[in-house]
Amino acid sequence: MKILTGNDLSTGDVIWWAGDGWSRQVGESVDVGDKGNDLARAEEAALRVVGAYVIDASRDEGGVRPAHIKDRIRALGPTVRPDLTLKPNDADAGNWVI
Amino acid sequence: MYRYDSYDQSIVDARVEEFRDQTQRRLAGQLTEDQFKPLRLMNGLYLQLHAYMLRVAIPYGTLSAKQMRKLGEIAAKYDKGYGHFTTRTNLQYNWIKLADAPDILAELATVEMHAIQTSGNCIRNISSDQYAGVSADEATDPRPWAELLRQWSTFHPEFTYLPRKFKICVIASKEDRAAMRLHDIGLKLVSRDGQIGAEVYAGGGMGRTPMVAPQIKDFVPEDEIVSYLEACLRVYNRYGRRDNKYKARIKILVHELGVEEYKRQVEEEYAHMKQLGLNPPTEELDRIRPFFANPAYEQGLADEIDRADPAFALWVDRQVAAHKQPGYAIVNISLKPKGGIPGDASAEQIGLVADLAETYSFDELRVTHAQNLVLPHVKKADLYAIWQKLDEAGLAEANLDLITDIIACPGLDYCSLANARSIPLAQKLSERFADAGRQKDLGELKVKISGCINACGHHHAGHIGVLGVDRKGVENFQLSLGGSGAEDAAVGQITGPGFSEDGVVDAIEKVTDLYLAEREEGERFLDTYRRLGMKPFKEAIYG
Repeated sequence: MKILTGNDLSTGDVIWWAGDGWSRQVGESVDVGDKGNDLARAEEAALRVVGAYVIDASRDEGGVRPAHIKDRIRALGPTVRPDLTLKPNDADAGNWVI
Repeated sequence: MYRYDSYDQSIVDARVEEFRDQTQRRLAGQLTEDQFKPLRLMNGLYLQLHAYMLRVAIPYGTLSAKQMRKLGEIAAKYDKGYGHFTTRTNLQYNWIKLADAPDILAELATVEMHAIQTSGNCIRNISSDQYAGVSADEATDPRPWAELLRQWSTFHPEFTYLPRKFKICVIASKEDRAAMRLHDIGLKLVSRDGQIGAEVYAGGGMGRTPMVAPQIKDFVPEDEIVSYLEACLRVYNRYGRRDNKYKARIKILVHELGVEEYKRQVEEEYAHMKQLGLNPPTEELDRIRPFFANPAYEQGLADEIDRADPAFALWVDRQVAAHKQPGYAIVNISLKPKGGIPGDASAEQIGLVADLAETYSFDELRVTHAQNLVLPHVKKADLYAIWQKLDEAGLAEANLDLITDIIACPGLDYCSLANARSIPLAQKLSERFADAGRQKDLGELKVKISGCINACGHHHAGHIGVLGVDRKGVENFQLSLGGSGAEDAAVGQITGPGFSEDGVVDAIEKVTDLYLAEREEGERFLDTYRRLGMKPFKEAIYG
C-alpha cells in the first residue's frame, strides 16, 4: 500500500494521512493509491503539513508498517528514548521498528 | 569572556524580529516552504525526523554560567527536557515547535546568544581549543582571534552564499584538541622571533571526501590574518564548484588545483588586497583582548589534592588536566555515562553545570568537539566538592579519551540525512567496555561513529571509526582504523566488508584484543596500528 506522511507545519509532529485528516498514529494511515502526490500538494497549500511524501507500507495483524526503517522510526519516535515515543508505557511498542 | 557591545546586541535583536516576522508569514501562508526554508536555516532551524530542530551557536565553545543556565531553561520550557551537544560545540534541541522558535531566539538574545551561522553555505561558528587560555603549552590565547573572526564572518556580505559551508578553527597549542586540520581552514597561532602569527592550513574536512588540510602558509603576521583569510575565501568563492554540491567544499578545489596552484592564487589575491589597505584595525583586536584576560586567580594556593577517596582519585586521574596557574586545574565533565547517549544532557544537568561554573570556575565553561564539557578555572581545593555534585547528577564518569568516550552523531534516531543509527551502537560499545580497569588498560582510544557519509560523528578521525550505511533498508556498519583528529591528523582506512550492529561491536573487541596482545611498551592503540598496519587487524576481524 502507499501511505502519505509529513510533519505538522506548526508543531513539527510526524503525521500520517488518515483519509479525512491527519493523525499522529501510523496505524490510522489509509492507502492513498496514486493520489498521494496530489493530496500532498493540496494539504501543503492548506498549511496543514510540511514536507509531505508518499511511502510504501504494508498492513498486517499489528497494523500499518512503513517499508523503510527511517519511516518506522518516525512512526514511533527515537529508539533510544522509549520515554519519548508515542507509547512510552509499552515496553514492546518498538518491537516492529527495527 | 567577550561581552556584546551595542552593535552586537542590536544585530542579534534585529535578526530575532526579522525571523519572527518571517515565521508569522510562513504560518499565515504568505511564504511557501521553498521560500521559508533558506530563511529558517539561516536561523539554525532544521526540519528533522520527528520535529523541528534548533541548533544554537556556541562560539568557539565558550559559555558563561548565565548562558548555560538559559540553555537548560529553554530545554525545559520549549523542548522535552534535554539538549544535545554536538561535534561542532553547538547545542541542538530536537523537539521545537515552529511557532516557538522566534521566542526561543529572543530568549537566547537576552544572554548574547543566537543560532546564526549554524546552517547554510556561510562561514559557520568558529571553533577552537577547549583549553584555550588555560593551557600551559599555547603560544598565545586563541580566543581573541576566534572572536575577531566571529565578528568578521557574521553576516559578511561577500561570504553569505559560498559554494558550500565553511568551517574555520583557531588553536595555539602544540597539542591539537580541536581537529584543526580537518576544517576548511585551520589556523595555528605560533610565536616566531617574539611575534605572533599563524600557520595556515586549507582544504581539510571530513564528509564523503575526507582530507587532512595541507599547510599553505607557514607564517602570517597577526595583523594580516583576517586579510589573508579573506584572500583564501575569495579564491574559493570564485572557483569553488557550485555545479555539484558533493564537490563544492574547498578541499575539492585545493585538491583539484593542487596545493601549489591554490597557494599561488591566494598569494596573488592577497598581494592585490594588500595594496588596498583592507586589514582590519588592530584597535579592534586590542578592544577584544581584555575580555579574555586571566580571571582573578588566587595566588599561593596548594597544588596537592587529597586523594583519600579512591573513586574521586580515579576521576581526578582521568578528568582533570593541568592548568597554567598553580593551584588550579581544568575539569573535564563527561557526557558519556555507561549506556548513555553521547552529548545529551538533561535540563537539570545543564543547570547544575551552570551552577558549578558560576561557583567554582569564574563563571565560565567550555564545550568540546568530543561532546563533553569543561570547567576551565577550578581551584584544586574545590575538586572534591565538584566531583560529589557531578556524581549525584550522573556526570562523574571517568573516561576522557578512553574507549567509552565515544563521539556519535544523532544518527537515524533523529536525523533526516542519516542512514543508520549511531547512538544504539555507542550504547552497546559503552556497555561492552564498561569495566573501568579494562578501559584504563586499553588507554587512549578514540571511537567515533557517524550515521551517514556526512561524517558529523567524525568517524574518519577515529582511532576506530564506524560509518553507518543503508544496505537495502537494513543498517550496516563499516569499520575503519587509524584515523586521528589530533596533531598527528590522519584519515582512517576501511577494514573491509561491513557488519551488523552486534557484529561491529564484536569486531571492535577483536581489534582491541589484538592491540593488547601486540602492543609494545608505551604504545597507544594508534601507535600499534601504525606500526603493524592494517593486515593483522583485518585477519583478526575477518579471520
